Amino acid sequence: MELIWTGLLEALRMIISADSEVFQITWLTVQVCIFSTFISTVLGVPIGMLLAFKHFAGKKIILLVSHAGMGLPPVVAGLWVTMFLWRSGPFGEWQWLFTVNAIVIAQIIVSLPILISLSYSAFKKIDDGTRLQIKALAPTKPQSLLLYLKQAQFGLCAAIMAGLGRVLAEVGAAMMVGGNLQGQTRILTTAMVMEVSRGNFHIALALSFILMAIAFMLTFILLRFQQKDVTT
Amino acid sequence: MFKSLIFILTLFSLTACIFETRSSEAIPQPSQQLILATTTSTYDSGLLDELIPLYQDETGIEVKIISVGSGQALAMAESGEADVLLVHAPSEEENLEKEGIVINRHRVMHNDYVLLGPTTDPAETKDSSIEDALISIIESDAPFYSRADDSGTHLKELELWKDTGITTFPDAYQETGQGMGNTLRITAEKNGYTLTDRGTFLYLQDSLDPLGILVQGDESLENIYHVMQVHPDQSDQINTEAAETFINFFIRKDIQLLIKSYGFEEWGEPLFFPYLVD
Repeated sequence: MELIWTGLLEALRMIISADSEVFQITWLTVQVCIFSTFISTVLGVPIGMLLAFKHFAGKKIILLVSHAGMGLPPVVAGLWVTMFLWRSGPFGEWQWLFTVNAIVIAQIIVSLPILISLSYSAFKKIDDGTRLQIKALAPTKPQSLLLYLKQAQFGLCAAIMAGLGRVLAEVGAAMMVGGNLQGQTRILTTAMVMEVSRGNFHIALALSFILMAIAFMLTFILLRFQQKDVTT
Repeated sequence: MFKSLIFILTLFSLTACIFETRSSEAIPQPSQQLILATTTSTYDSGLLDELIPLYQDETGIEVKIISVGSGQALAMAESGEADVLLVHAPSEEENLEKEGIVINRHRVMHNDYVLLGPTTDPAETKDSSIEDALISIIESDAPFYSRADDSGTHLKELELWKDTGITTFPDAYQETGQGMGNTLRITAEKNGYTLTDRGTFLYLQDSLDPLGILVQGDESLENIYHVMQVHPDQSDQINTEAAETFINFFIRKDIQLLIKSYGFEEWGEPLFFPYLVD
């Protein structure tokens, strides 16, 4: 139990002394996670909307794949990304393996299904009456799209939160495709795994407090947007 | 609501922009990158944290240290995923050298393997030969934890078992499938025996309470590290020039002396003994 205390003190020390390496790791984590969630949102919400409102061939299969994909283990995503980015793989020339780009790709793969499935549910929840109203009220397509987004705001925020939570928590893929390189691809979760294997439990614990604080803050911001007046 | 939505989007895209510029700055030209596949033992002991920055400052070449088991490191050489290796599985390395997959191979340092166990030593292994010690561990049905991850340490362990002639193992022989640090911790927690390189044990000693060195000094327990580069034919992306400078760096006298002094202050003995100076 003493460990928790020393871990907490270590975390405070790291924050107060503005430890440049910890700051760099934390900042990289925030950037990578927000960026990959952003891409997943930009791709996932329109796809979810399309799935909810339009009928087309193969729709059921996409739904099945995206829902099943919510449970995709990050190491599986990591393994596939690694295979494609290997020097001997199809995209080897890019030299993306062991870079942040590779981490972002892996994180998009694990968070995109969450964004698609949950935004699909969010749009599906809009009842027929409201849909008719939107059709009647909005003269242009962009306006009606905005009204739909507004109606689904609650569920969409939840989808983004879930996606962000997934990428913040993920470690297997980031380790595999990023390689935990100091100053380049080391993020909070991979740094924690490394510190544990080096026996530095107090540092790992300190990093875990920082990670939880970030998750807390980001969720808090999203929650505030979610809880904003929906009716206006 | 719209304002806030726009706010989020701006925030997102701003971060995205920062992120983009950052990553394009951070990634150096391809020719300036070098992938080093190495063992968990050299990485976990912190030796490379000491040496690699020196090399990077000197040459401006960015080194990506991928720490894996020696088996996987050698596999990375075979498929051309790595440029240079620092590993400790001599007989496997020699095979690759014969096939021409790795070239320019040099012995750089050594330390030794030790048999660890609880200081109460239920299998009575202390100060016997490694062969007898392993046999009595199996005979007394004491728990033994094997890395089972194709690492250099695991390959050495298999070699030692082969010498004892034991082929079937009781349930008390268990495989962790993990790196040295984690395996040591499991062994300590379960009061078992295990084989480790001395460096990692010294480095982690404080957190491995009941474990102590029981058998050491046997000739067969030598742990030899070699550095080598991957043959340019293995992949068209291999950075041969940088790999050569890396090998030359490691066998240079001042670096060898640095290896010798590494860890001396903290542990009272060196973790690795350089080969080329003495």
